[in-house]
Amino acid sequence: MREIVVISGKGGTGKTTISAAFAYLAENKVICDLDVDAPDLHILLEPAIRERHDFISGHKAVIQQDVCVQCGQCANLCAFAAVQVKEGRHVVDELRCEGCGVCVALCPQKAIVFPDSHCGQWYVSDSRFGLMVHAQLFPGEENSGRLVSLLKTEARQRARAVGLGTILCDGSPGVGCPVISSLSGAGLAVGVVEPTPSGRHDFMRIADLCRHFRVPLAVIINKEDLNPAEAEAIAGLCAEQGHTLLGRLPFDPVVTTAMVCRKALTEFDNVVGNSLKDMWSALQALYPGK
Amino acid sequence: MRIAVASGKGGAGKTSVTASLASIWDTPLIVADADVEAPNLHLFLHPQIEEERYCGLDVPRLEITRCTQCGLCRDICTYKAIAAFAGRISIFPDMCHGCGGCFAVCSAGALERTQRELGILQRGTVLEGRVRFLMGRTRIGEAMTPPLLRQEHLFLQEMQAVLPADILLDAPPGVSCPAMTAARDVDVILLVADPTPFGFHDFRLAHQAFLPMHKDVRVVINRAGAADNAAGDAAVRAYCREHGLPLLAELPFERVAAEQYALGGLLVHLSEQWQQRFEALRDALRQPNVGATVAQRPQEAHHA
Repeated sequence: MREIVVISGKGGTGKTTISAAFAYLAENKVICDLDVDAPDLHILLEPAIRERHDFISGHKAVIQQDVCVQCGQCANLCAFAAVQVKEGRHVVDELRCEGCGVCVALCPQKAIVFPDSHCGQWYVSDSRFGLMVHAQLFPGEENSGRLVSLLKTEARQRARAVGLGTILCDGSPGVGCPVISSLSGAGLAVGVVEPTPSGRHDFMRIADLCRHFRVPLAVIINKEDLNPAEAEAIAGLCAEQGHTLLGRLPFDPVVTTAMVCRKALTEFDNVVGNSLKDMWSALQALYPGK
Repeated sequence: MRIAVASGKGGAGKTSVTASLASIWDTPLIVADADVEAPNLHLFLHPQIEEERYCGLDVPRLEITRCTQCGLCRDICTYKAIAAFAGRISIFPDMCHGCGGCFAVCSAGALERTQRELGILQRGTVLEGRVRFLMGRTRIGEAMTPPLLRQEHLFLQEMQAVLPADILLDAPPGVSCPAMTAARDVDVILLVADPTPFGFHDFRLAHQAFLPMHKDVRVVINRAGAADNAAGDAAVRAYCREHGLPLLAELPFERVAAEQYALGGLLVHLSEQWQQRFEALRDALRQPNVGATVAQRPQEAHHA
């Protein structure tokens, strides 16, 4: 099974646009949106939801006021300063609670309950480009890494069940927990980089992360003409560090136009989409399916 | 006044807005980068760093000779950072969230405090020393950002205690724990809205995420007036009206702005008009939130 993950470090460099363009071209695949925090791929792929599941992960502590004697032990123990005193009563600030359960276990009165936390939903859908596994973490919720792992496990199972050989994932920005989960088990990361100071800086962090987890990295330089010198420098870095440069794309308003029309760039004839077709071919050669 | 510049979608323009606002702020200011996974503000403001602090998280280390293998530490650990194999306790420090539960229950004194490196905080000045600067950066391979953000917040409080100032915070993107952690201690959240279909979707998610915090949320549209996207601009404006979010400014979509950013320059330095836009935004941020504010429409929106 092939697992390809599109990542970027910095947000807004074109991950989802490129994921959708590849999703149109790829055959026998499951599409997976791992940006569970702010997923956007469904906007282009218009999935018809076939299965809807609750994502239950972790717990939140709740102090039962009728049992609590206001001893303050929980506040002393909480490493996250989530227990606060309001109008003489100890209450848990849900936004600060990390669900560790220390207060629950050690409350002398057993006054704290620990209900499951319903953090989001995940879906299996039929999209315009095929089977799609995606999710929506509820705004402000935690455990995005766990949700990413769950989506990947589901995508693998579904792919195996119906004999699909490729999993194509739209990753999340950053280098933290959801991205680390995205890279786990991936055979190739595609890094989308823009030639800006931020783009280069965050790309280098993502390259370090790929090295750390031993995932090969191929690179697409997006909006290269915004700063040709910087684009050259990034190409040089790729050569130096052994990352395959799949190609370069111009800064072109057709990208926004395609998004507004809810189309993938490879679905119609245009310069950017045609370059992306070449890059997809190059990627096939680099990481052939079985 | 403490302001977090936030957005649901990455690349909406948080850092550009933060850097330009900082450069024209005319009262004492601390500008801080809380996007610790992908910090970028320093690339535009070029800080003189005066102090570095390595940040760690207290994690347990087992002193095997004192361990009675009672298993209480394993039982209290929600994060599966402590496991028992063949009846022997093992610790996985990378999984630890630093809740301290294991230390609290170990009566044999078999757990010692050691630190897992989270990342680094750097303090300095920018803009010829006029503005104080703080940034955080997570260690590569470190999954958890909230503990580093909490330490950055304490550092900020320290800096403010030395000399009171306004705070401008470049927040992490998204709507999950890092963004929430960064934004919960501010007075105003300035949401940067990208009016594309992706951007508008993520902007709404961000607004919903911040709602339970009951914060004063205000909006600036970035890249308004892009070709073929008048409907996107209108959708953000309508959303703001519907939800009573003051729309403080609209920054136009211009290729020169994208190039300025790509070269590491500040939008505020592009032209007098850009400078006026940011001055108006700064002044609007200082106004108390009294419902909808009339936004300035971009006058040169169709240059792209």
